[in-house]
Amino acid sequence: MMAGGQPIFRLEGVRQVYAGRTVLDIASLEVRDGEILALVGPSGAGKSTLLRLLNFLESPASGRILYRDRLASGGATPLEVRRQVTSVFQRPVLQRASVWANVAYGLRLRGLHSDGRVGAILDTVGLAELARAPARRLSGGEMQRVALARALVIRPRVLLLDEPTANLDPYNVGLIERIIRAENAGRGTTVVLVTHNVFQAHRLADRTGLLLAGRLVELDDTERFFSSPADPRTAAFVSGEMVY
Amino acid sequence: MHDILRGLLDAARLLAAGSRELWGIIALSLRVTGTSLLLCTLIGVPVGAALGLSRLRSRGLVTALLYTGMGLPPVVVGLFVYLLLSRSGPLGALGWLFTPRAMIMAQTIIAFPLVTGLTLTAVRGVDPAFRQQVRALGATRVQEIWALLEEARLGVVAAVVAAFGSIISEVGAVMLVGGNIEGRTRVLTTAIVLDTRQGEFVSALALGVILLLLAFLANLVLLRLQGKQ
Repeated sequence: MMAGGQPIFRLEGVRQVYAGRTVLDIASLEVRDGEILALVGPSGAGKSTLLRLLNFLESPASGRILYRDRLASGGATPLEVRRQVTSVFQRPVLQRASVWANVAYGLRLRGLHSDGRVGAILDTVGLAELARAPARRLSGGEMQRVALARALVIRPRVLLLDEPTANLDPYNVGLIERIIRAENAGRGTTVVLVTHNVFQAHRLADRTGLLLAGRLVELDDTERFFSSPADPRTAAFVSGEMVY
Repeated sequence: MHDILRGLLDAARLLAAGSRELWGIIALSLRVTGTSLLLCTLIGVPVGAALGLSRLRSRGLVTALLYTGMGLPPVVVGLFVYLLLSRSGPLGALGWLFTPRAMIMAQTIIAFPLVTGLTLTAVRGVDPAFRQQVRALGATRVQEIWALLEEARLGVVAAVVAAFGSIISEVGAVMLVGGNIEGRTRVLTTAIVLDTRQGEFVSALALGVILLLLAFLANLVLLRLQGKQ
């Protein structure tokens, strides 16, 4: 597992508001280059909103998001910056095409040829034999592995994972976690993982934070976060005693 | 019943004989409808996609106008184009009245709301998460629209099929602006009207069968395109 380096993302006073309701209010947050950062929290805590902001899919209502010390916000972000960051969502959204075509899609957008990358990544996610199969006819676990392969094949600098293994069986959970770990260790890809699965955060992350009602309650090294949380709400959440 | 059977037989006979006049009518019908369809597809599909993606406040009004346009009476469109292209009209200098260009113009206006409105509906029907995922993978705006159209292609092809059906069978507008001039602006529908008026029912039926056959073949091609993708 890579230890975190310099900040790749820096959020300062970032607020997001939907229909007059504040759904995210982060005073300060740094994502370090090369780390696996897990953000845990219950549903509705603002985890997915945060990922959409980090992927430049929307702009914050107020505050600043810096990517490698450059201001970056929503659709106005330069394409070459946007293309360094990608997401895998909880529900894999695949195109009506073969597994191969889905995985190659990001390369096609960039005008790149597969160069064996698609085949290699399909091997990694264990889907080489299904390369020609229609992607939408796969099982949930297989579809999520296609979505992960599609994100990894473009070699992102930052990989954002939104509950990537929710509703998957233990085999697929284990496989996806191994791939995430290998990607982080092998290529130094920064990973931001949001999940309500504290065990997964514990297994994967260098640092873990708790998001509650849109606010970052606590963020610390994963071991300290779980063994000696500073905030009683963190202690309640990780022990499963929090009622929300 | 007897006349219908005779019409079918005559249609086969007419096609087999391949008279120059008949082939001319068929060719003009296909040229006018094909060009109109191409034009309204080239304009209507991107406009429909852009409207489907836009968050403009006036989007509802534009949609209501388009849906109203889908029900435009062709003869009213014909009258409008006639007035535009008549010698004293604003586009009279073009000299298009009673030419295939006027017919293409009228048919394009008739088909445009259909293609645009149905494309808009198809694009709006795409899962919003799909659009987000495409952007998250690094698509430009144009690539995003293209991906959405690919995703909504069943609806988009259906829009083109519906537009084709509405204009290949259209008679009021092409009659008004084309004038049904033999060898110049006579198409299958106007030829059917003329034959019927002259009491040539069997010939009219034969032309009707040919029209149906053409529509069927064109739809087969379009549906094959839909299936292939």
